[in-house]
Amino acid sequence: MIIQLKNISYVYNPGTPFEKRALDDISLDIAEGDFIGLIGHTGSGKSTLVQHLNGLMKPTSGEIIIDGQSLSDKETKMKKIRQKVGLVFQYPEHQLFEETIYKDIAFGPKNLGLLEDEIDTRVKRAMELVGLDFEELKERSPFELSGGQKRRVAIAGVIAMKPKVLILDEPTAGLDPKGRDDILDEIRKLYEKENITTILVSHSMEDIARLVNRAIVMHRGKIAMDGTTREVFSRSEELEKMGLGIPQITQFMKKFKEKGNIVREDVLTIDEAKQEILDYLRRKSNA
Amino acid sequence: MLKDITIGQYFPGTSLIHKLDPRIKIIIIALFIASLFFVTSFIPYIFIVAFIGFVIYVARLPLKFIIKGLKPLVFIILITFIINLFLTKGEVLVELGPLTITKEGLRQSVFMALRLIFLITGTSLLTLTTSPIALTDGIERLLSPFKRVGLPAHELAMMMTIALRFIPTLLEETDKIMKAQMARGADFESGNILSRAKNLVPLLVPLFINAFRRADELATAMEARCYRGGEGRTRLNELKLKKIDYLSLATMLVFFGAIIATRYIG
Repeated sequence: MIIQLKNISYVYNPGTPFEKRALDDISLDIAEGDFIGLIGHTGSGKSTLVQHLNGLMKPTSGEIIIDGQSLSDKETKMKKIRQKVGLVFQYPEHQLFEETIYKDIAFGPKNLGLLEDEIDTRVKRAMELVGLDFEELKERSPFELSGGQKRRVAIAGVIAMKPKVLILDEPTAGLDPKGRDDILDEIRKLYEKENITTILVSHSMEDIARLVNRAIVMHRGKIAMDGTTREVFSRSEELEKMGLGIPQITQFMKKFKEKGNIVREDVLTIDEAKQEILDYLRRKSNA
Repeated sequence: MLKDITIGQYFPGTSLIHKLDPRIKIIIIALFIASLFFVTSFIPYIFIVAFIGFVIYVARLPLKFIIKGLKPLVFIILITFIINLFLTKGEVLVELGPLTITKEGLRQSVFMALRLIFLITGTSLLTLTTSPIALTDGIERLLSPFKRVGLPAHELAMMMTIALRFIPTLLEETDKIMKAQMARGADFESGNILSRAKNLVPLLVPLFINAFRRADELATAMEARCYRGGEGRTRLNELKLKKIDYLSLATMLVFFGAIIATRYIG
């Protein structure tokens, strides 16, 4: 297990009229190589949870163990933890600050105290992984770029720290469809190529269905569901009760089945649905 | 860490004090501050404490909130206390090497520390019981007579409203950027003053950029809704003075007048 959470609770503003229990007794194991989708309604505690995973927030009660080290242990170096667990916040382009793209991506590695050569290779590699041209862009200001490209620079800045776990909090918020698909493809590639354990926080059921292999649903500070995407999306009534949904294509297949067509309803992507419908039509014409 | 700041925070309520006209409250607090500076002995402090206690009681403000508001200023209060304690000349009480504590110093330091505490709690009573919108409305109306001499009262009030509105937003943003940079290994907590100041660059640059971007967006949004300044602008809730407002003002005028008078009597 790379990350273990044991009975984590977190309370905002304890003892004031604004007291709010954001996390309620959460226990969770994350294995190396997992690609997790974290789903939940606004205010369900997703962002609070991910900030616990690299020690940016300290739980009110409970224990967090990352790569064998307990975060409540005073000996544990937070910098080490933050190198191991990279966190890309929502709208990460808002934290760019350096004059050049190169320097901005090098900020993390530099803080780790790496040598110039190593920093150089890491920046190059990180830019390549997010699909930015190193030679063309390294000396440019990050503020000249488009929104989608800025976001890639920010993601590269976290990747350059070579984390074992990469957490992305709604990496596609506010992007156009093309920019969204590009970023998601790169995240997928990153997961496959570098074998980084990835946690993707998202509102889009389609993205979750397409990318991840384990889905965790949060509701009112608790983990409501945890399983494979297929398992989770088969419980559509419960999801709807929490103000969430299932991918449109899954919904379509469900309706299609209700109309008397004998098809599987646990379909998650359009390609899968196409295959299933073609198979069904073939079965029908053969019968 | 930044969320602990309660100065300028509004504590919603429906008490008499909450409902008082903001103009009256501003005038009363101005009187309060003025009388604090006129006081030269400890006895009138009893009335000051009584006034603060009365407002806290009537407005049902939690005492914890008031004390929390003092916390960030403990340092300033302490420095004032120490400087007054050691640097006032007079009858020597204690000698600690080069430092001496005099009788006058002791009196002066306690007096000044109390004055600061009263000043802070008194003014926070205003913001705790008055919503920022009501407060700026009050200021605008109080300043409007000066419009004739070219004072842009409405613009000043609007600037204040916007500033107040964005304090929590900016605090939240600071917190977020700080965390994002910490996630990249930035360190805001250790090192000497110089390296600490240098470490703030990754926080301040994005903060300023975002603040300007926000300002720009807000300006556009206001223009899009035809905002053209104060000229001919009407309001939904016109401020109107009621009986209770006049009554409170009269009582407080007498009350603070009496406190100020103690300086000249006896």
